[in-house]
Amino acid sequence: MSAQLYDQLLATTTGLLLLSAVLLVWTRSIRQAVGVLVVQGVALAGLVLCIGVRAQEPEAPLAALLVLLVKAGLMPWAMLRTASSVGQGHAGGSRLAPAMQLLGAGGLTVLAYGVSGPLQGVAPDTAARAVPVGLSLVLLGFWQLLTRSSAFSQLVGFLVLDNGIAAIAFLTSGGLPLAIELGVTLDVVLVVLILAVLVVRMQREQGTVDITELKELRD
Amino acid sequence: MAVLLWLPLVAAAALAAVSYVLRARPWTIWLPVALAGLLLGVGLALVVFVRTAGAVTAGGAALRVDALSAWLLTAVGAVAVVALWGGVPHRDDRGDVGLFATLLCLFLGAMSLALLADNLGLMWVAVEATTITTAFLVGMRGGRGALEAAWKYVVLGSVGVAIAFLGVVLLYAAGRAVAQPTLSWVELMAGAAQLDPMLVKVGGALAVLGFATKAGLAPMHSWLPDAHSQAPAPVSGLMSGVLLSVAFYAILRVQAVVDAALGPSLMRTLLVAAGLLSLAVTGALVVTQQDYKRLLAYSTIEHMGLLALGAAAGGRLAIAAVLLHVLGHGLVKASMFVVAGRILGYVGGHRIDAVRNLLRTRPDLGAPFLIGAAALLGFPPFVTFFTEVAIIVAGFQRGLGWQMVVACGLLLVVFAGIARHVLAMTLGADPTPVRSDHSEALMPDRPTRWRQVPIALALAAAALLGFLGWPLADTLLQAAAALGGAR
Repeated sequence: MSAQLYDQLLATTTGLLLLSAVLLVWTRSIRQAVGVLVVQGVALAGLVLCIGVRAQEPEAPLAALLVLLVKAGLMPWAMLRTASSVGQGHAGGSRLAPAMQLLGAGGLTVLAYGVSGPLQGVAPDTAARAVPVGLSLVLLGFWQLLTRSSAFSQLVGFLVLDNGIAAIAFLTSGGLPLAIELGVTLDVVLVVLILAVLVVRMQREQGTVDITELKELRD
Repeated sequence: MAVLLWLPLVAAAALAAVSYVLRARPWTIWLPVALAGLLLGVGLALVVFVRTAGAVTAGGAALRVDALSAWLLTAVGAVAVVALWGGVPHRDDRGDVGLFATLLCLFLGAMSLALLADNLGLMWVAVEATTITTAFLVGMRGGRGALEAAWKYVVLGSVGVAIAFLGVVLLYAAGRAVAQPTLSWVELMAGAAQLDPMLVKVGGALAVLGFATKAGLAPMHSWLPDAHSQAPAPVSGLMSGVLLSVAFYAILRVQAVVDAALGPSLMRTLLVAAGLLSLAVTGALVVTQQDYKRLLAYSTIEHMGLLALGAAAGGRLAIAAVLLHVLGHGLVKASMFVVAGRILGYVGGHRIDAVRNLLRTRPDLGAPFLIGAAALLGFPPFVTFFTEVAIIVAGFQRGLGWQMVVACGLLLVVFAGIARHVLAMTLGADPTPVRSDHSEALMPDRPTRWRQVPIALALAAAALLGFLGWPLADTLLQAAAALGGAR
């Protein structure tokens, strides 16, 4: 792979990651959110493949395939399944006005670019220079978790957070060893499935997936 | 000896499979108890072996046991025996227990893996697996309260641990300047001088912050009282007694790497802040607490805060005291939760003011509850007295003077808050005494003597441990040395 092509592919995939994360902050429909998550998963898999091939890692296609299957296949499928079993098409409201939410997301992206200098090391290569994108995803995932009140949006926020961490892992060190990566992926899949089961139970218990309704336990 | 490292993992998987396949049989509830006993045995054998022969590795150095991990494996085994044996449901109300037993076996296996792994990534996978295996255990009781507790537990637990993962990723990346980046904490400590200091700083802080969420340290503790009050008694006992300590073990390992690379000041600041804040949160919330299981949960946050202060002080005395405290607190807290579960069965509610005069009406519940509370509050002869004094003395010795003064003040507040409630529950006069000539009618679920054995053993061990310092000293000091010794 030529250096120019590598740079272009890296810019495309990281650009897609950031764009999809901002879109997720904005979107209200579950179907749309899941669609955007699929795009984000494909972009992440592309990033993994691109970095792996460049570093001539023999495991790269396998790692990329794993990311593609899980992040662009399994997780979105689980989300859709859950949405249809609780019969909701709308990802619920936010604790903030949409404009404020987007403004906050923009601010966090700028913040990510501002503070990620130290993570890029002394002589950053193209990949390390894209670390702010990963950090933006992490912060935007948090933003979703903090500001959205629907359990679905929380799930989406968690997935964006996780995608961000995976992006940082690949951008800074070319990814963890494949065996560890497998274990981590399995854990994340199981956590998402457990959360999905809890969402279904929530709908059954209280007739809504709004987490602000969870207020039994207080001091 | 390498086979001993595989034994807990293989046994956990096998027993989980057996209890799943035979889940209709009530006796499967004893399989996790057997596994706990096995962990205790393996832990003790490894403590003895490591003491003379040094660290053992297996599985291409992915698994490694030194004095520290052997000690904690023993603690997990001992506490799990108490929590699970004591928490075995009465013969009449054992419904479909097989699934419960399966999840418990997997949970014990995940904790063992976290302790046995010499790899930050594998350790992370195991810590996250403890969240996965306990999620349904927390929500098992059903109802909105249990659902809310399970939701908060899984979301906060996994987001917290995800932050720890970001930290692990950055610690791995810190080695990129060296030829081969590594996740083995032994290699990270050996090559600490060559790690990228900035990445170690950010990665270490994130990893500690993330694992602190799982360890229940303030300000990331908000899931803990909910989960502990809603989970079934043996699960609360296990989570409080050892799961939090396993997460704390991860903090100790990360701290050792960061200290070796950057010196102790960063981790010390973080841990002192978390420790004092945990004591303050407990102090503020135990005084007005109305739920006795939440009271115990806050007491756990207090003890985790003490452990954080001990780790911040560092050095042989403090670390040895911290490790002994993990065992002592775990044994006592597991028995307290088991007794609290029985109190719940007796009075049918969580409210402190619904429980009065327990020592007279139900001495089999009142006596262990009162004695256990004395141990939690740090009365001699219990081991918690010695370890708390040792942590505070070590803090003063190592330049944490005013912090320890503040800690002592907060401990007094916690003491007053917990003592008031426990005394009211066990000795306080009952405003509406039930008059009955048939004392048995008051005790529908009176435990048989056999079920009192684990509680009695745990409390007796907690009382004696403090005087066993001499035979244990070698192991505890070796464990402290494994963390970089007298930093």
